Amino acid sequence: MAQAATEIHHEAHGHDAHAHHGPQGILKYIWSTDHKMIAMQYLFTGMFMGIVGGFMAYVFRMQLAFPGVSVPLFGVVSPGEYNALVTNHGSIMIFWVAMPVLIAAFGNYLIPLMIGADDMVFPRINRLSFQIFLVSVLMILASLFVSGGGFGGAWTSYPPLSAQSQYNLTSIGATMWLIAVALEFVAFLLGGINFIVTLMNARAPGMKAYDIPVVAWMIVIASILFMLSVGPLIAGAIMLLFDQTIGTGFFDPARGGDPILWQHLFWFFGHPEVYVVLLPAVGIVIDIVATFARKKLFGYKIMIFTAVATGVLSFFVWAHHQFIAGIDPRMANIFTVTTLLISVPIAELLFVMIATLYGGNIKLNTPMLWALSFIAEFLIGGVTGIFLGASGADIYLHDTYFVLAHFHYTFFPIAIIGTFAGFTYWFPKMFGKMMDDRLGKIHFWGTIIPFNMIFIPLFVLGLGGQHRRIYNFQNFPELAAMQPFRVLATVSLIIMLLFQLVFFWNCIKSWRGGAKAGRNPWKANTLEWTTESPPPHGNWPRDAMPRVYRGPYEYSVPGREDDYWPQNLPS
Amino acid sequence: METMTLDRPGGDPQGRPMPRQKILPDGVLGMLLFIFTEAMLFAGMISAFVIVKSQAAGQMWPPYGQPRLPAQETAINTAALLLSGIILLFAQYAFKKSETRAVVPFGISIFLGLFFVAFQGVEWAQMLGQGLTMQSSTYGAFFYLIVGTHALHALGALGGMAWACVKLTRGTLTQSAFTTVQLFWYFVVIVWPLLYWKVYL
Ligand code: HEM
Ligand SMILES: [Cu+2]
Repeated sequence: MAQAATEIHHEAHGHDAHAHHGPQGILKYIWSTDHKMIAMQYLFTGMFMGIVGGFMAYVFRMQLAFPGVSVPLFGVVSPGEYNALVTNHGSIMIFWVAMPVLIAAFGNYLIPLMIGADDMVFPRINRLSFQIFLVSVLMILASLFVSGGGFGGAWTSYPPLSAQSQYNLTSIGATMWLIAVALEFVAFLLGGINFIVTLMNARAPGMKAYDIPVVAWMIVIASILFMLSVGPLIAGAIMLLFDQTIGTGFFDPARGGDPILWQHLFWFFGHPEVYVVLLPAVGIVIDIVATFARKKLFGYKIMIFTAVATGVLSFFVWAHHQFIAGIDPRMANIFTVTTLLISVPIAELLFVMIATLYGGNIKLNTPMLWALSFIAEFLIGGVTGIFLGASGADIYLHDTYFVLAHFHYTFFPIAIIGTFAGFTYWFPKMFGKMMDDRLGKIHFWGTIIPFNMIFIPLFVLGLGGQHRRIYNFQNFPELAAMQPFRVLATVSLIIMLLFQLVFFWNCIKSWRGGAKAGRNPWKANTLEWTTESPPPHGNWPRDAMPRVYRGPYEYSVPGREDDYWPQNLPS
Repeated sequence: METMTLDRPGGDPQGRPMPRQKILPDGVLGMLLFIFTEAMLFAGMISAFVIVKSQAAGQMWPPYGQPRLPAQETAINTAALLLSGIILLFAQYAFKKSETRAVVPFGISIFLGLFFVAFQGVEWAQMLGQGLTMQSSTYGAFFYLIVGTHALHALGALGGMAWACVKLTRGTLTQSAFTTVQLFWYFVVIVWPLLYWKVYL
């Protein structure tokens, strides 16, 4: 704490000074406190982890489609390795891809720019946050190579499997996994405090609460949700760590502990967590939809209040993950009702997007395609959630591939589609160059079509009774016949992964030779488009910090010559 | 906050200063958010404790063969901690009038805080001597977990207060830094009676 307090006080001086006589060379990047630099660090670390997670998916999908085959670039997958791959794939995609990219990267990049500030309120805490995050990245990667191998007890890490090494056989890997997750939480806690304080305290003069772009609101609401939900999980993680390392019995029923307790602590965090990543993606999509429909956002306030309502409700649904964990059926009923209730605000978010599109002057470029596909694909995820939320149906569906397909239809739109939407939309601002639209569209279709081809078969498999986390389905005669679906999913995955090369090629090509972007290539209203691309240190010249005169979505205002009206123009 | 980065002058073409409206000073707001998270951490621990306790074999609490916690001695210690919090309020009051007058109450408050932590340490040694360990039962495990977490928070807060006290004697302590430090100590003071009630009684 002393640390934070010192930090707060010292921020006062010379944040500008370090640009001139701070460290030089590579250290300049590592020790930078510039929010844009930290955002880039989060973005590229997150993308790198995305490649790692994607590679893992490729390896275990190969094992499922062609059991026992020697997987190119990996080799034969043993049962223990299979478990480790699945576990770490899930953990990495949620904690080291979705969180750093959607919250930390976009939050860091966009919040100060969108509210007309020169940096975060606590730049050095911000840097500390990334450094802790980086340690957690190294920790989780290292955990895959220690003796016994990486942790294989699922991303939910249920005890007693996760607590006792005679069951999980990965005493070091399990502990490193847990420490890595805990460090990651600390990093986002620091980041979250920064986002919230910055949005509340550092807005440009004239920017009232309802003039803040939706994406900034969403990232901040998500940070609040994260901060309110993560405490109990940290408590649980400490308890689990003690169970693993010093032999306490918090979760060991033989010694008076309670394994279900972990499930409550985990899902009390786990469910809000899915909205923590959902809301920033929704915000990104909303901003893009409004810009490229050239229409005023339908229901700005509805949107904000809906997000808050979703956040509040998300604290009362967690036990829908535990319907068959032996919870009281009366309690299951209550959680069924709250779960079905939460789909109302979620539907509202989608309706706001659709209503904004209605009658708009829609431009179908790459960012807009991503945004539209978010609406379509997330809808499938949300609708299948309703089946799972009904406890009666869930008793059959729980822990089948239906659940797996459900949450991939939510997480993929969020973490992958949302990221690509945001990345292609803000690329001109971040790097000063336009992206190649044709390559962008090839990449788009090459991702979206295989994505559906992967997970639609998995819905079918789940309904057919195929359970998750099984190494080789050939051992189950009644499931073996469905093998063609598994092969289809795996082949589609490989095609999708290969199409990502188009994306990386597009990035490099556009970065080196793309057309100059200028300040405002999309003719958008929000403040980040009023400065240079890429923005200089401090974002605006000292004597020309922006002032705000109106809300962010004044497009196609009748009687105005231009179809947009930047927030900083007096008239 | 003398020269906040974001408060710096500049802005519109006339070069008038453009103050940004702050809900609360940055440090104070950040600390409040941090405290909310910490409150949830303790809430998680306490609810876990209550659930495990309610399922104890034969409703025996403490479990068979485990010592009772010294509730009376700790009541005294609780009083010391609460007193420290109250005296800190006086320190704040004095700080508003003159900085030098705040030094004595602030020092007493820190001293009482240290007394509290030391007292807890002695108590831990006693309990360990009586065979209560983290491995001996969930009762012991929760005791050390919850009280230990609180003690770590107390030490962190005391570190912050000591730092603030040094600045105070040098006359460089700002009100918002002082408030930030105070808030964390109040948090430590206020959760303790709850923990005492749940864990000891
Ligand atoms: C309309 C909203 C939603 C509803 C009603 C809903 C409902 C459910 C239910 C009932 C389950 C438990 C199924 C089972 O384990 O048997 C579940 C699982 C899951 N959902 Fe959702 N969900 C919704 C939205 C989301 C969103 C937005 C995300 C992600 C961002 C998400 C991610 C997940 C994940 C990761 C799991 C599986 C966890 C695991 O067991 O590993 N869901 N959902
Ligand atoms: Cu859930």
